[in-house]
Amino acid sequence: MFARLPEADARPVVAVTVDGVRVCARQGDTVAAALLAAAFRHCRTSPVGGAPRAPYCMMGACFECLVQVDGVPNRQGCLLVVREGMQIATQHGKREAGR
Amino acid sequence: MAARSGAEFDVAVIGGGLVGSCLALGLARFGQRVGLLDEGDGAVRASRANFALIWVQSKGLGLPEYAGWTIRSSDQWGAFAASLKEETGLDVSFERPGGLHLALSAAELEHRAELLRRLHNQPRTASFTTEILDRERLVRMLPHLGPEVVGASYCALDGHCNSLRLHRALFAALVRRKVRILPGHRVDSAQYAGGEFRLLTRVREVRAGKVVIAAGNASAELAPMLGLSAPMKPNRGQIIVTERVQPFLKHPIVSIRQTDEGTVMIGDSQLEGNDPDQMSMPTSAAMAGRAVLSFPILSRLNVVRMWSGIRVMTEDGFPIYDQSQQCPGAFLVCCHSGVTLAATHALTLAPMIAEGKLNENEVGAFSARRFNVRQAA
Amino acid sequence: MRGLAELAPAYDVAVIGAGPAGLAAATLSARAGLKTVLLDENPAPGGQIYRAITTTPVRRKEVLGADYWLGARLIEEVEASGAQLAMGALAWSVSRDLEIGVSMGGGSRLLAARRIILATGALERPFPVEGWTLPGVMSAGGAQALLKSSGLVPAGRVLLAGTGPLLWLFAAQLLRAGAAIAAILETTPAANYLPAVRHLPAFLCSPYLAKGIALMAQVRGKARVIGGVKGISALGTDQLRQVSFLTQKGWQREECDHLILHQGVVPDVNLAMSIGIKHRWDAVQLCFVPELDGVGNSSVAGIAVAGDGAGIAGARIAEERGRLAALAAIGALGGGGFNDAASARSIGRSLSRHARGRSFLDALYRPARPMRVPASDAILVCRCEEVTAGQIRDAVGLGCTGPNQVKSFLRCGMGPCQGRQCGLTVTELIAQARGVTPQEVGYYRLRPPIKPISLGELATLPEGQAGAAGAVVR
Repeated sequence: MFARLPEADARPVVAVTVDGVRVCARQGDTVAAALLAAAFRHCRTSPVGGAPRAPYCMMGACFECLVQVDGVPNRQGCLLVVREGMQIATQHGKREAGR
Repeated sequence: MAARSGAEFDVAVIGGGLVGSCLALGLARFGQRVGLLDEGDGAVRASRANFALIWVQSKGLGLPEYAGWTIRSSDQWGAFAASLKEETGLDVSFERPGGLHLALSAAELEHRAELLRRLHNQPRTASFTTEILDRERLVRMLPHLGPEVVGASYCALDGHCNSLRLHRALFAALVRRKVRILPGHRVDSAQYAGGEFRLLTRVREVRAGKVVIAAGNASAELAPMLGLSAPMKPNRGQIIVTERVQPFLKHPIVSIRQTDEGTVMIGDSQLEGNDPDQMSMPTSAAMAGRAVLSFPILSRLNVVRMWSGIRVMTEDGFPIYDQSQQCPGAFLVCCHSGVTLAATHALTLAPMIAEGKLNENEVGAFSARRFNVRQAA
Repeated sequence: MRGLAELAPAYDVAVIGAGPAGLAAATLSARAGLKTVLLDENPAPGGQIYRAITTTPVRRKEVLGADYWLGARLIEEVEASGAQLAMGALAWSVSRDLEIGVSMGGGSRLLAARRIILATGALERPFPVEGWTLPGVMSAGGAQALLKSSGLVPAGRVLLAGTGPLLWLFAAQLLRAGAAIAAILETTPAANYLPAVRHLPAFLCSPYLAKGIALMAQVRGKARVIGGVKGISALGTDQLRQVSFLTQKGWQREECDHLILHQGVVPDVNLAMSIGIKHRWDAVQLCFVPELDGVGNSSVAGIAVAGDGAGIAGARIAEERGRLAALAAIGALGGGGFNDAASARSIGRSLSRHARGRSFLDALYRPARPMRVPASDAILVCRCEEVTAGQIRDAVGLGCTGPNQVKSFLRCGMGPCQGRQCGLTVTELIAQARGVTPQEVGYYRLRPPIKPISLGELATLPEGQAGAAGAVVR
């Protein structure tokens, strides 16, 4: 889990959903940061072996933070800033064709 | 066939790609002491840059014997894959669900049909079936087909495998059979002297009773050293690879296939030159465009890799199988379709080489003599 | 700048990467009157070290520290310079003809430049320990990014592990922010101290001395530091629960919610290598670096490399290298408006000042080999494709002599990260197995796209519309 410093907590709330659950992110959060702040332990399972994975480098190099954003799978969560109403979904295994 | 005393190997195979590895395995299975001489990690390798197809349907226009040879390999492939699995535990994911060549316009479909008619009309062509499918039949096989695809040619003998795992399995099998794999041993010159072959590499001299040149495009330089000829005209092809996706495409298409890992490979281009570091973005874009027309769902997939492969291509596109008159015991095996012909190389061609003689009836048509005949004609 | 359409078809100078090197380079280039664009895939400029400097919620200056806030000046300067800033713009390919493939807002196009300056910076060195892929394990850079961008600190039992200045800096930042650290597991090998002493005099006269002392004092006063750590294992099923570590006292185990790993940074070579820029193995910094001349020109005409991507030297040197590369571009293209010789001298002086002491840091914090090359066969080396150290050793046994054949046999390096998390480990593993140098072994052969783009984007590249150039319908 991660704790928010008071000055960061005071920022405007940006409401998003993660797997259908409403999450109060803060302005300026990346999707990956919002997930970690909301105590999501992992954001996907590996398409190779199925193990749960979570953001690791937070700079776009490791590709562990892949999540589905507004219907598009395999987006790097650490490079996307949250927007009001964004729909985020954790991923399981390989993406489906046609989605 | 007796080993020459003093020579380190009965057979030295020059080239550790798919062709060389398959031959080495076949030779080892036949009891020969084999050395496999390979370049280094940075070598330009068609074995790493191919579409992994076992492809029959368009083979043989201009040399009808090639069709029969290809069909033979396709038919042997299942048993070959099974033997590799048994020897190494590695499954090379061979599947033969039948393959397709899509047409995105009526003109393309007609062009394809015409080409296949000419192929099948050649005298001496083995009998096999390639059908032209209209869109209605095609959609039943390919649920995600794009609206622009009008039809395709289909052949039940076409399939694919995981060609990288094939290469790995071959190496694993070679090691188990005590074949000496010599990486970093690029052959600079080859000599026939005193009834044996002396190969000079960067590292040391290697001596063998027989030699097989299976060095892809580099065979052109090596062949004349041993009284052989390998006229080559390499060209470049680009390939696009996507991220993994749930299975959606069972049938390999000549320019789109889904691998056993779930990734999607996209071809098919033909560009001048033999520089694998070249990459034309407009060409990649055009390939991507055609793939997306064929299957619109591909549009959203992420491209994770693009690369150029240099095709091993003889002057007329057909294999060269030869043995040297000047230097008896020197053989040349050079072809484009190292994956398709993997089975027959190991199971049919290698035994011929082990016995010391290519069978004229079976592979005589592939001798480089045909180039002289054409010149004379 | 909002979208792809606002990018011009061609520029005089394209700078890729908006960290200190890129910011300084773009500023100088634009001030000289050259049409300049600065591209960065992140939403805002600053690179890693100045991440979120324009947006961070952590405004108390003492938390992130004075060095961080130096970056604000660089941002102000580039914004005033006339350079076009394209944030959220991924440069996914660069050709030898200086053609750049750019992806922005879901679309891609090619743009041309007369000179290109690569300033893509550094990555964290891979830290392959048992369990490093478990949720709960993160790199120090990653945890630091969370702090800078979102004011988030790890809670619960937090262990830091590794070696290098960033580990100490981040520990200090965390403590200043009020977070608790259960322990710092320091892996700096005792064997480094003696060789480092040779470089001590220069360090003692350097700007890093005072900073280093202050950081150490802050951290050692408030956190338990365990030195001489020789092994680390992250334990748990599906998520991190405990960390096991090895010292002279043997293996000890502690509960842990967050394990934060760091053992230095290395150049991010993917873009440079994909262009074919020559690199060599640097045996001091234990990584591949581009071969450059004195002002950053690479082996490919028209392309320079500046910043940590040219070799790890820190933010101040990165700035100056960016300026040198820009001066070279200006000289080549005929811009001007200021005294090049005087600028070069001033840059030279700054470079000397900030270079002093770096060799001490390099020597002291050189990560131990067992931390770079896992001894245990079961440890994952390639995170994306889940390839272990043992599998790689077996592939060498089969006859693979380098990373490309190993890659084709095992798929390591074929995942979306394109070898960023495994490349160095694979090269060093093969070198160790074969008993040769990493220079001889080489690295993955990298190709564009250096980050994934969608097939649809590639298909709609405007330049691909002009017919099937080479794509064949047979």
